[in-house]
Amino acid sequence: MIPWLPPALTDLLIEAAWQTLLMTFGGAVVAIALGLPLALLLHTTAPGGLAPNGWVNRPIGLLVNAIRSTPFIILMVAIVPFTRLVAGTSIGTTAALVPLSLAATAFIVRLFENALREVDRGVIEAARAMGATRTQIMTRVLVPEALPGIIAAITVTLVGLVGYSAMAGAIGGGGLGDLGIRFGYQRFMPEVMATVVLILIIFVQGLQSLGDLLVRRFSRR
Amino acid sequence: MPDDPGPRPAISLHGLTREFRGRGTPLWALDGVSLEVAPGEIFGIVGRSGAGKSTLLRCVNLLERPDSGRVTVLGQEITSLDEAALRGARRGIGMVFQHFNLLSARTVAGNIAFPLEIAGVPKAEREARVAELLPLVGLEERRDYYPAQLSGGQKQRVGIARALASRPRILLCDEATSALDPETTEEILSLIRSIRDRLDLTVLLITHEMAVVKAICDRVAVMEAGRVIEEGRVFDVFTRPAHATTRRFVSEVIGHVVPPGTVARLPDANPGEERRLLQVLFAGPSSTRAVVSEASRRYGLDLNIVSGRIDAIGAEPYGLMALAAYGPPAAIAEATAWMRALGLDVTEIGEDPA
Ligand SMILES: Nc1ncnc2c1ncn2[C@@H]1O[C@H](COP(=O)(O)OP(=O)(O)OP(=O)(O)O)[C@@H](O)[C@H]1O
Ligand SMILES: [Mg+2]
Repeated sequence: MIPWLPPALTDLLIEAAWQTLLMTFGGAVVAIALGLPLALLLHTTAPGGLAPNGWVNRPIGLLVNAIRSTPFIILMVAIVPFTRLVAGTSIGTTAALVPLSLAATAFIVRLFENALREVDRGVIEAARAMGATRTQIMTRVLVPEALPGIIAAITVTLVGLVGYSAMAGAIGGGGLGDLGIRFGYQRFMPEVMATVVLILIIFVQGLQSLGDLLVRRFSRR
Repeated sequence: MPDDPGPRPAISLHGLTREFRGRGTPLWALDGVSLEVAPGEIFGIVGRSGAGKSTLLRCVNLLERPDSGRVTVLGQEITSLDEAALRGARRGIGMVFQHFNLLSARTVAGNIAFPLEIAGVPKAEREARVAELLPLVGLEERRDYYPAQLSGGQKQRVGIARALASRPRILLCDEATSALDPETTEEILSLIRSIRDRLDLTVLLITHEMAVVKAICDRVAVMEAGRVIEEGRVFDVFTRPAHATTRRFVSEVIGHVVPPGTVARLPDANPGEERRLLQVLFAGPSSTRAVVSEASRRYGLDLNIVSGRIDAIGAEPYGLMALAAYGPPAAIAEATAWMRALGLDVTEIGEDPA
C-alpha cells in the first residue's frame, strides 16, 4: 500500500493510525463531556458570575490547575492506580485514554472558560430580564453565544491530543508516535519516521482546517 | 377602597436605597428614591452620568436588588417575591438596552422568539407572535438576518420587538437611543410612543438627553447623586425648572433666553427712569394675546423684545421671551403685576444673566 515500506509495516502503520485516532477522539469526547459542565460551573461560581460561590469555584480551579501543571509523562505514571481502577488495566490504548482524557479535560476547561467569558454580559442581563433561569442562561445563551470559541477550543485540544498520544506509547498505548519511535528511531528506519511524521502533519492539518471552517460557520459577529 | 386617590400606579418605588462599596468611601447609588408612574404614562428619568438612573431602572425588575425599599409593579410587590415568582413577574416587564444586547447567534426572528422560548411557549405560537411583531417594528424584510448584519436602529427595533414579545404591560428603556444618531433616535422614539398608544403600555425610560424627554415623555424626574431632585409634568419642569441642575438640563434644549452680549448693546435708561430685564414665559391661552404691546400702552413703558421663541412640549405651546423694560420703576412693577395676573410667568433676570 505504501510503496516505500514493506507490506508488514504498512499493516502496523494502519493499526497505529487507528490507535492514534482512537486516543485523540476518545480523549476529546471525554474532555468535552466533562469539560463543558465544569467550565460552566467555574464560570457561574466565579466572582461576579450568575451564582458566585468560592467554596465550589476555588477547589475545582485548584484541581484543574494542578493537573495542568503536571507534565503529561509524569501524570501518566502518577495516576496508574486510578487508571487501573477505571480501565481495569494500566497498559494499552484503552488504558492510555484515562490520563489522556484527564489531561485534555483540565486543558479544555480553561479554554472553554475563556470562551464563556467572552460572551457579552449585556446579553446575559437581557436574558435575566426576560425571566430566564440559570440553566436556561447556560444552555440557551452562554453556550450558543460562545460556540465559535468552544469549537476553537476543541480544535486546539484535538491537535494537542495528537501530540500527547505519541507519549502514550510509554505505557503501551501504541499509536503513530510510538511506531515512529520504535521503528524510525530505535531500528534506524528513517522512511518509517518520515511516513509517520507525514501522516501526523496531514492529520493535524485536517483537524485544524475543519475546526477553522466550523468556527467561521458559527461566527455571527 | 374609600380613599382611593385614582388609578393604581403601574410602577411604584418606595424609599429605594442601594449602596456600592468599592475601595474607599461607600457610594450611595440610590439614596432614598420614591416614584410613582401612572398607567399608560411615558415617564422619563434624567440625570448626569453616575446619578443612579440605571441602578434605579434595574431595581424595577430587580436585576439590581435595593438594600431597602419597596418595588411594586401593577399592584404586585416585586421585592417580596421568591426567585420563581420573580422570573414570572419579569416576563411581564419588557426591557430595552442601550447596546441592544441581542443574541449574536440568533436571527432577528430567533431573537424576538427568545423570551417566548424561555417562557415555554409552543413553537407554532412563537412563530405567530414573531410574524405579528415584525411588521410592528418594520422589520419584515430582515426576518432571517443576524444582528451583525443590521444597523443600530434596526438592532434597536429588534430589541423593542423582543421586549414586547411576551405582551408586557411595562416597558423599561435604559438609554435606548443613546447609541443612535439623531435621525434614528427620532424614529425609535416615535416607535416607542406609537407602541405605547397602541398596546397600552407604561414606559419608564432613562436618558441623559433632555431632547428625548421633551420628545416623548409625559412626566419626568431629575436625578442627582442617587436622589430625585425634581419631578413633574414635562411641560412644567421645562418651563419652570426649580432646581439649578434641572435648569442646566433644560437650557440644553430650551436654550438661553438672553444671548450673551445682548445686554451690553442695550441702550441705557433715560434719567429718572429704569431699565429692567424681564423673562416672560407664556404658557397656555395667554400666549396668543398681544401682551407686550398692551402692557406698553397701558403703563406707558418702552418694551423692547431682546429675544424670544415659541415652541411646544407635547401638544402644549409655550413662548419664552426676554424683554428690556424702560420706564418709571412703579410703572414697571405695575406692568409686571398685570402680566402675572394674566397667568404669565415673569421673572427679573438681572443685568448679566448666565
Ligand atoms: N455594580 C456596581 N458596583 C459598584 N458601583 C456601581 C455598580 N453599579 C453602579 N455603580 C455606581 O453607582 C453609581 C450610579 O450608577 P448608574 O449606572 O446607576 O448611573 P447612571 O445614572 O445610569 O449613569 P450613566 O448615565 O453613566 O449610565 C455610579 O457611581 C456607579 O459607578
Ligand atoms: Mg446608565
